[in-house]
Amino acid sequence: MLESEAIEIIREGVAAATRPVMLYSIGKDSSVLLHLARKAFWPAPPPMPLLHVDTTWKFREMIAFRDRVAAEASVELLVHTNSEGADGAVTPFTHGSDYYTEVMKTAALRQALDAGGFDIIFVGARRDEEKSRAKERVFSFRDAAHQWHPKAQRPELWNLYNTRLDAGGSFRVSPLSNWTEADIWRYIAAEDIPIVPLYYAAERTVVRRGGQWIMVDDDRMPLLPGEVPQRRRVRFRTLGCYPLTAAVESTADTLDAIIAEVLAADRSEREGRLIDHDGEASMERKKREGYF
Amino acid sequence: MRPTLRLVLCGSVDDGKSTLIGRLLCDSNQVFADQLQKAEEDSRRYGTQAGATDLALLTDGLQDEREQGITIDVAYRVLETPLRRFVVADAPGHEQYTRNMATGASTADLAVVMVDARKGVLPQTARHTRIVAMVGVRHVVLAVNKMDLIGWDRARFEELAEEYRTVAAEVGVGEVVAIPVSALTGDNLTRPSGQTPWHAGPTLLGHLETVELARPAEDQPFRMPVQYVNRPDPDFRGYCGRVASGRVAPGDRMLVSPAGTSASVESIVVWQDTSDRAEQGDSVTLTLKPDVDVSRGDVIAAADDPPQVADQFRAQIIWMGDEPLTAGRPYRMRLHTCEVGAVVTSIRHRVDVSDGSKLAAARLELNDLGAVNLATSRPVPFAPFEQSRELGGFILIDRATSATAGAGTIAYALMRSANVKWQDFDISADVRSALKSQRARCLWLTGLSASGKSTVANQLERRLVIEGRHTYLLDGDNVRHGLNRDLGFTEPDRVENIRRVAEVARLMVDAGLIVIVSFISPFQAERDFARALFDPGDFMEIFVDAPLEVCARRDPKGLYAKAMRGEIKNFTGVDSPFERPERPDLRLDTERLSPEECVALIMERMA
Ligand SMILES: Nc1nc2c(ncn2[C@@H]2O[C@H](COP(=O)(O)OP(=O)(O)O)[C@@H](O)[C@H]2O)c(=O)[nH]1
Repeated sequence: MLESEAIEIIREGVAAATRPVMLYSIGKDSSVLLHLARKAFWPAPPPMPLLHVDTTWKFREMIAFRDRVAAEASVELLVHTNSEGADGAVTPFTHGSDYYTEVMKTAALRQALDAGGFDIIFVGARRDEEKSRAKERVFSFRDAAHQWHPKAQRPELWNLYNTRLDAGGSFRVSPLSNWTEADIWRYIAAEDIPIVPLYYAAERTVVRRGGQWIMVDDDRMPLLPGEVPQRRRVRFRTLGCYPLTAAVESTADTLDAIIAEVLAADRSEREGRLIDHDGEASMERKKREGYF
Repeated sequence: MRPTLRLVLCGSVDDGKSTLIGRLLCDSNQVFADQLQKAEEDSRRYGTQAGATDLALLTDGLQDEREQGITIDVAYRVLETPLRRFVVADAPGHEQYTRNMATGASTADLAVVMVDARKGVLPQTARHTRIVAMVGVRHVVLAVNKMDLIGWDRARFEELAEEYRTVAAEVGVGEVVAIPVSALTGDNLTRPSGQTPWHAGPTLLGHLETVELARPAEDQPFRMPVQYVNRPDPDFRGYCGRVASGRVAPGDRMLVSPAGTSASVESIVVWQDTSDRAEQGDSVTLTLKPDVDVSRGDVIAAADDPPQVADQFRAQIIWMGDEPLTAGRPYRMRLHTCEVGAVVTSIRHRVDVSDGSKLAAARLELNDLGAVNLATSRPVPFAPFEQSRELGGFILIDRATSATAGAGTIAYALMRSANVKWQDFDISADVRSALKSQRARCLWLTGLSASGKSTVANQLERRLVIEGRHTYLLDGDNVRHGLNRDLGFTEPDRVENIRRVAEVARLMVDAGLIVIVSFISPFQAERDFARALFDPGDFMEIFVDAPLEVCARRDPKGLYAKAMRGEIKNFTGVDSPFERPERPDLRLDTERLSPEECVALIMERMA
């Protein structure tokens, strides 16, 4: 049922689109979304490119995985980096996570969307992730400046999506709206969907910072006084920029073990994303500004 | 995977919905420690519980809502118990957010209607119940909340339940399960309460976990609205869609509606393998043999039991637009995967939401419910909403803003002739026109200002009169001097202008005349509205076509020049659109043809 609903939404989006695109973050939700898009249009490849906003601070394993998966699915892969912040001008170490996110993610995404002229933008957002998302429509209208207007959302009746954009703007479309983290994992297991190995527990080099485990993925990461890299058995519940994504200690190195861990968890997955803690209603505000 | 129950939670503001959801989430261990911690922090800032954790803050997500302490938009939550998976829509209580409430209810199998035990059944409770019933929810639970504040008074509970059952029965909800609860304390939510030994029924969660849902009838005929035509290469053509009802297997005979072509199912494609069956709810891709022509918006259906096709309907409407609904105003309509022009031909009545009485109405305002007659620009496959949510529910979209202006459910199709002949007299239209030795009809000339409508209309009428025909010419400008003197150029007035002219033309055709209408009539839906008033064949849509530059150059009355200078507002072609006819009966290119040649073409078509 979840699968059929998601496929229906993806097809509605593509049928309405002039220039569709799928935001691809390389995480498990993106993996599921890509898999569903492949199913929706099989035997044709998904009729839309993948767009990855590369902050240049992703885990190396993520980038390798991205290139492999795009090739295998025969989809076009668009990669965009905000040139303003490239070459080390804006990094998670030299700037606050709020500013860094604004430049390297939010602004970069706006640039890429404007450049591509995309009108239907598929994202892997789930309503269980965060409170303002719980209120967002499946077809969520954004104005020409990519702003969300939470007070003026279009009513969304039955499975009839009003996909008209006569007056400009675009839609962020969330086929996974009604999925939970556990649903995602069960589906990955049932369909045997490839995911980045970082989700599985393994010995990795990490440091303790701000009470969390941060992986030392390359030598760009400056160590603070007293920080000693050490080997720990860890895995990631969510993937992003390595300096901003905390690992959890875990021994779950199979899908079954991960699912068992997720079902027993008492911390929500976004906790591993450091940007969410920046302030009251932070996600809603970021979204109004165009972060997806 | 566990079966999913989708439910909507509704009630007036402050009845305790958010608290109830927070409690259900907590008591069924769905809240992560960090989320609870966040709610505790928020409680100190915004909470209504004097610093104690306000569970409503687990779900009230938008900044405005937290600041005002009300819920403005529907929030969705997923929770799981060992027996079922629930998608809970927490719907806003305020009347001004009714459209968001309808959004939440439309996908639900079951509604939990909350009332505050102290306040009882409010007008808003009745409104919600009516909307819930209208969008197709058949199971209703009445949760009488804040029982702790009335000392768990049994008599009061029973009185409330009885009062509510009357309301529910009146809107067509047969069975109501009533449960006395306290969202604050959790009594009778997830565990039976010691306070209510007299309550033999289940707890709320217990009921939600076990209630039997009406299963879709097994013997429903197969229907699949086509969403997308998948054509990667010349060898493969697949029709993608979600099965709306019934089941299908390779070899089954199909009919493609509305065209009526037939074919059989060659294969059912799902991912790398094909499947030997699909049923209601499945998203699939079908290939057909022979490979007939199918487009998005068509319905592939069982050949021995295809859907009805019609272009006029009686429907229930819930209005969601800031601009009121008036008869004659053109909209886009989405019905399953099909998008067509639509116009409400008449508002039958408005429903008083508190007592259900039917009131005469000229318009439906925001949040109004009513019944209307509706005409679409072409025939569409459908089913009455009672039989199928998928083929009987629709939305109306504002053409200018693209906003969703209303939602509706089809009750039944209207027969065109039944709709037109409102009273039988001994002397019929046929008799009247036979006496004049002619076939009465309406020749509707549409086109930009200065495209040549008046010139063609004038010469056409002269030619007809010379041939001994009885005619009348209705000209846009002239009519505005008399019949429509009271109308301006606002959108409702333009719509009314067209409506009157079309009705007058219909009366004159009924009187046996050949009526020539010369009207810019820029919107397809307006012309479709006019067409719908006539018997098929009695209406000819004639497109007097000349490019905008040519019309602006001709400009016999200097109007384009004025419009370009901004002295006239909403001038068609300049700052107001002209929709070229989608399928005119005749198109006259006045850049190439002389007026005489145009008249000759019309005469030829009439012969
Ligand atoms: N005493 C009592 N108070 C309640 C109960 N349920 C909700 N409340 C309070 O009623 C107020 C409104 O609740 P809320 O859940 O925000 O209402 P909503 O507008 O329907 O979402 C809050 O102060 C709640 O704490 C109940 O069962 N008993």
